[in-house]
Amino acid sequence: MIPTHSNWTPLLGRLGADAIPTEPIVLVTFAAVALGGAALVAALTYFRLWGYLWKEWFTSVDHKKIGIMYMILGLVMFLRGFADAIMIRSQQALGFGGSDGYLNSHHFDQVFTAHGVIMIFFVAMPFVTGLMNYVVPLQIGARDVSFPFLNNFSFWMTAGGAVLVMASLFIGEFARTGWLAYPPLSGLAYSPDVGVDYYIWSLQVAGVGTTLSGVNLIATIVKLRAPGMKLMHMPVFTWTALVTNILIVAVFPVLTVVLALLGLDRVFHTNFFTNDFGGSPMLYVNLIWIWGHPEVYILVLPIFGVFSEVVSTFCSKRLFGYSSMVYATCVIGILSYIVWLHHFFTMGSGASVNSFFGISTMVISIPTGAKLFNWLFTMFRGRIRYELPMMWTVAFMLTFTIGGMTGVMMAVPAADFVLHNSLFLIAHFHNVIIGGVVWGVFAAINYWWPKAFGFKLNQFWGKVSFWCWVPGFWLAFTPLYILGLMGVTRRMRVFDASFDPLRIYYFVALLGALLIAAGIGAMLVQFAVSIWKREEYKDVSGDPWGGRTLEWATSSPPPEYNFAFTPKIHDIDAWADMKAKGVARPVEGFQAILMPQGTWAGIVLAGISTVCGFALIWQVWWLAIASFVTVVATAIFHTFNYDRNFYIPADHVAEVEAARTAQLAALEKGAA
Amino acid sequence: MSSANLTEQYYDLHEHAHPDGYSTTLGFWIYLMSDCLIFGMLFATYAVLGGNYAGGPAPKDLFELPLVALNTSLLLFSSITYGFAMIAMQNGNKKGLTAWLLLTLMFGLGFLSIELFEFHNLIEEGAGPQRSAFLSAFFTLVGTHGLHVTFGSIWLVTLLFQVNKHGLTDANKRRLSCLSLFWHFLDVVWIGVFTFVYLMGVLR
Repeated sequence: MIPTHSNWTPLLGRLGADAIPTEPIVLVTFAAVALGGAALVAALTYFRLWGYLWKEWFTSVDHKKIGIMYMILGLVMFLRGFADAIMIRSQQALGFGGSDGYLNSHHFDQVFTAHGVIMIFFVAMPFVTGLMNYVVPLQIGARDVSFPFLNNFSFWMTAGGAVLVMASLFIGEFARTGWLAYPPLSGLAYSPDVGVDYYIWSLQVAGVGTTLSGVNLIATIVKLRAPGMKLMHMPVFTWTALVTNILIVAVFPVLTVVLALLGLDRVFHTNFFTNDFGGSPMLYVNLIWIWGHPEVYILVLPIFGVFSEVVSTFCSKRLFGYSSMVYATCVIGILSYIVWLHHFFTMGSGASVNSFFGISTMVISIPTGAKLFNWLFTMFRGRIRYELPMMWTVAFMLTFTIGGMTGVMMAVPAADFVLHNSLFLIAHFHNVIIGGVVWGVFAAINYWWPKAFGFKLNQFWGKVSFWCWVPGFWLAFTPLYILGLMGVTRRMRVFDASFDPLRIYYFVALLGALLIAAGIGAMLVQFAVSIWKREEYKDVSGDPWGGRTLEWATSSPPPEYNFAFTPKIHDIDAWADMKAKGVARPVEGFQAILMPQGTWAGIVLAGISTVCGFALIWQVWWLAIASFVTVVATAIFHTFNYDRNFYIPADHVAEVEAARTAQLAALEKGAA
Repeated sequence: MSSANLTEQYYDLHEHAHPDGYSTTLGFWIYLMSDCLIFGMLFATYAVLGGNYAGGPAPKDLFELPLVALNTSLLLFSSITYGFAMIAMQNGNKKGLTAWLLLTLMFGLGFLSIELFEFHNLIEEGAGPQRSAFLSAFFTLVGTHGLHVTFGSIWLVTLLFQVNKHGLTDANKRRLSCLSLFWHFLDVVWIGVFTFVYLMGVLR
């Protein structure tokens, strides 16, 4: 029943000497990563930081720290995913005129698969989850999320999935199937190696984290809002987070099932998606897109929330059409379930089915359009301050609109028969994901960084990054739109002589990618310079932008309990309301505050789960069983710990708040 | 309005922390709904593939309804006994609770044994999950339910220990209620399996 490969051994499964890749590019990368990793470990040991990291970060259940860890994970994986992107662009620019380029097909196919998987699951998802983790409890005036331990566990499961993807680079190989791993290509017959297994198990491990963090944030938003905050008083970012997390809980189980079934096909030789014995590959395509389409809204909805916060803050006025924004978000959430088939109009559904999904897809552009008009009307006659978050927002509005329009073009089934699987599609979804999600994350980082760390980011390098990214994006993807209209398909590695006149487009696209690389470099410099000169950029007010929502009501960075006294809410934009009324911050009568305690359980459970995933990939059955049993046993052991909270003594709260009072008084004096 | 009044109006100066487990029931419901979707997808898969016998045996040739009836009644009774356990819990009757939970566990284990026996027979007959897409979908749907019952049983044993050790504390009551939800949920899913897979299977 369980297949034994020719080189399978009971002790190591499929893991043998041949698992270590021999391609020079991979070896050099491996050497660089190994050296860099060793240097990092040595530095952390030398500066005795392990204890600090373990105690203050890895085992912390503070939503703010977990949020920051998500952002760091996203940033690290972003660099990896972008390295893949540069490799794709340069290979395609080189593979002309009889040249084979520098990547063989075995490697190239892994690169484009890894690029997609990493960018969606391990860059965009951690960024978005990190933002929601950090901001939502602050915006609703809560002390933490509903299930703080679960939050820590969710983060480490996501990190575990990322570790598995990274491991595939150096031990074995990654999938060569494209980022959604359609069968029968991803089935055992055509992908017998470990690549698809890495794909399946990295996503399963990370998926557990994502689903649980969805459960957690819904419960948080529903149950832990500050007194007086009705649903229609919630900040728009929190609204979008609520809808996104409902989407997460409602669709990630679908991904779990479809990947589990593919795994069963591969390990137990079942026949879900095979071509014979009654299996149906189309079932996989349907199921994975039933997850996959809502997934893009999971990514972009919170980003719409970010832009809403940024626009109203930097135009110094209330968001235009708050309730229409909320309804538009909900409508997008619902519609996102009934459009999945537009990803495969060409795959035999017939005219009436295609028409339904084509029309439902076009309908989504209505609530999205409503949002754009709301942002525009907020800007209209606003006092616009073009700080970095606002610059990213304007770039988004221009770019995303075009991406949306090319999307509506492809929603016409007849047009899609020409554009399906072409570079036009590639240009379209990068247009909305980069122009929407990625820039939104940059806006959010520039906007909330001062809240998280107590100092602003450097403007100059931020602008350099901006002016590299935005033209870089258009330089990289306009050629792909044009090529796609000519009918060039995606995932090409080399081009025969008939393609020679098109080579210039690939060169321009590569130039664009290099410009984006410069933008990423400038952003890293921006972070470094800002940290270096943090005293100079310091913000003690806690409200550097003239913010309108509750996160700006506390200090930067906020104390671990967020608010010494929970605010009571009377209106939308609670903090703007409090400022307008001149509400004085309470300075006495502090009480002890009940807070959740840090725990080792999250990182340990996720670590063993990752080992279990690795064992399943390599079919080291004894290890898989042993680690699974250990996970269950450890989880049970953890439930015997009933004492998970502690009180921050009133004295300590008073001390922290007194320092804050002094800080604010000094600020006022300075201003006077 | 004086500044102190305004502060009072905008800050909760005499706050009481949310009680422990304030969000647990809601959170567990949300989790259950996500689990429900897992079963929903498996049902959908069965609906799509359930008729693809690939020249192999069909439900009519395989399912033994008396055995399934016995199995179903075991699981339904286990829900009733869990209900009695919850009543005992509410009356603060630890002994009664333990007894009803043990009975529930017996029913659960009986259900699992019969399921394993059925699976064993099917595989012996050459009707294993590899034989056809129908059988792949059947084994996965029913097996996933069985796995849930297995984990529910492990959870139940854990709670027996915890109730024994710490008594009927609020935390333990909350945990028992969550398991109660989980157990009844599995019952509901099984009614779907019984109806759509077994009963409708032998009809066609």
